[in-house]
Amino acid sequence: MATADGTGAVRVLRCGSDAVLIEAEDAEQAQRLHAALRDAPPTGTGELVPAARTVLVRYDPSATDWQRLRAAVTALPLREAPPASAAETVVVPVRYDGPDLAEVARLAGLTERQVVERHTAGHYRVAFCGFAPGFAYLTGLDPRLRVPRRAEPRTRVPAGAVAVADEYTGVYPRTSPGGWQLLGTTDLPLWDAAADPPTRLRPGTAVRFVVAGQGGES
Amino acid sequence: MVRAGYGATVQDLGRPGLAALGVGRSGAADRGALRLANRLVGNPEDAAGLEMPLGGVELAFRRAATCALAGADCPAWVDGRPVGPRTPLAVPAGARLRIGTPGRGLRAYLAVRGGLDVPAVLGSRATDTLAGLGPQRLTAGQLLPVGTAATGWPAAEHAPRRDRTGPLVLHVVPGPRDDWFTPAALRTLCGEPYTVTADSDRVGMRLDGPVLERARSGELPSEGMVGGALQVPPSGRPILFLADHPVTGGYPVIAVVRRADLDAAAQARPGDVLHFRLEGRPDGRPG
Repeated sequence: MATADGTGAVRVLRCGSDAVLIEAEDAEQAQRLHAALRDAPPTGTGELVPAARTVLVRYDPSATDWQRLRAAVTALPLREAPPASAAETVVVPVRYDGPDLAEVARLAGLTERQVVERHTAGHYRVAFCGFAPGFAYLTGLDPRLRVPRRAEPRTRVPAGAVAVADEYTGVYPRTSPGGWQLLGTTDLPLWDAAADPPTRLRPGTAVRFVVAGQGGES
Repeated sequence: MVRAGYGATVQDLGRPGLAALGVGRSGAADRGALRLANRLVGNPEDAAGLEMPLGGVELAFRRAATCALAGADCPAWVDGRPVGPRTPLAVPAGARLRIGTPGRGLRAYLAVRGGLDVPAVLGSRATDTLAGLGPQRLTAGQLLPVGTAATGWPAAEHAPRRDRTGPLVLHVVPGPRDDWFTPAALRTLCGEPYTVTADSDRVGMRLDGPVLERARSGELPSEGMVGGALQVPPSGRPILFLADHPVTGGYPVIAVVRRADLDAAAQARPGDVLHFRLEGRPDGRPG
């Protein structure tokens, strides 16, 4: 089931009577698959839910079925994703004063300053949203900053907390419980339920972090 | 609102199309029941009404209104006079509508002609209890404004219903992660009864029954979830996801209840027994 440009196989798994879960080989292929399905949705398909390695595709069972979707998806050409620098970039000014900054530095074998340098050097992209409304999982994290979640999640993480966990970085859009390691805080409002869309961090959006007050803010 | 019952919420048909932003659909757990209640008062099917788990709600009407009850059958009274479900009810100004506790089923719905006009969030008036979107849970003393959503009058004045006899059977489609379980696990799910526990709400129902044995350990990278998904946490006992389910999750889903059976699933109450059967097989058993 190789796709037109020779990328690897995807698996199409049934997910109830009106959805399929498409499993990609890796995060990058999943993002390209999501972009291809969004740009050229097969007949009868509705909502797309991208995630770490998968895209959930809802469909109208009166218009198509899962076998037809499997055929359409495996024939879908996957383009190269545009470079993160070409997309709309959201610049997030951060005060690197988070309660876990020292712990992340210790786990990474870096100084706190080096953690900040590496975190602000990255070109990130929203891979998917989940966990809470507007909570965007950003890929592109420096491998040295990959740290596990906290053993004990916090019951309350404030809105604007900038955090890392596993292969992701992200910003808590609203106050909520959370288990990621907190590097700092941003005052940039990222979630507004009264706005359309309610978040600027949609799948595919490019993101950069800058040290607050040191320019580069837009 | 004189008495708010046991966690009554405002619900419509939810927020479809926003899952990619981390926003679930939410809306009435028994969608068919809210639609019916709305049709009976001449509302569009997606107008906002009340979802009342185990009833127990009392409302005082400042103005005259036309209402209808659907979903779990509750005894109900307008100023002490008994009234029936699934038919339009004229409630005079100043009157009280008292809704009792259903003998069976879980969620009763009340539609008011014109719809409940609470502020919409992201295009919907539904309370998403997991995400904390939409109106708060209702409390005694709260005023619920009535809108102008009515579009006409229904052709029928009463909607009969054929009551289910016998056990509650829910048909499932295997997967997407049935390969994370032993072959025996799907046979167990579709052969043994599962009981709804008290650890159940609009997010999902935790079920008690035989353990579903994993063939692989660990967790999946987060993937999209759907209503009706039977997600299996490390305990091996499944959780059946309902209207406010998380948008993504990392525990494997062994099977998904088909859409047509989800309204019935949302009416199961703690202590009720569920029987899962494979869709498309006469005996409902895998193998």
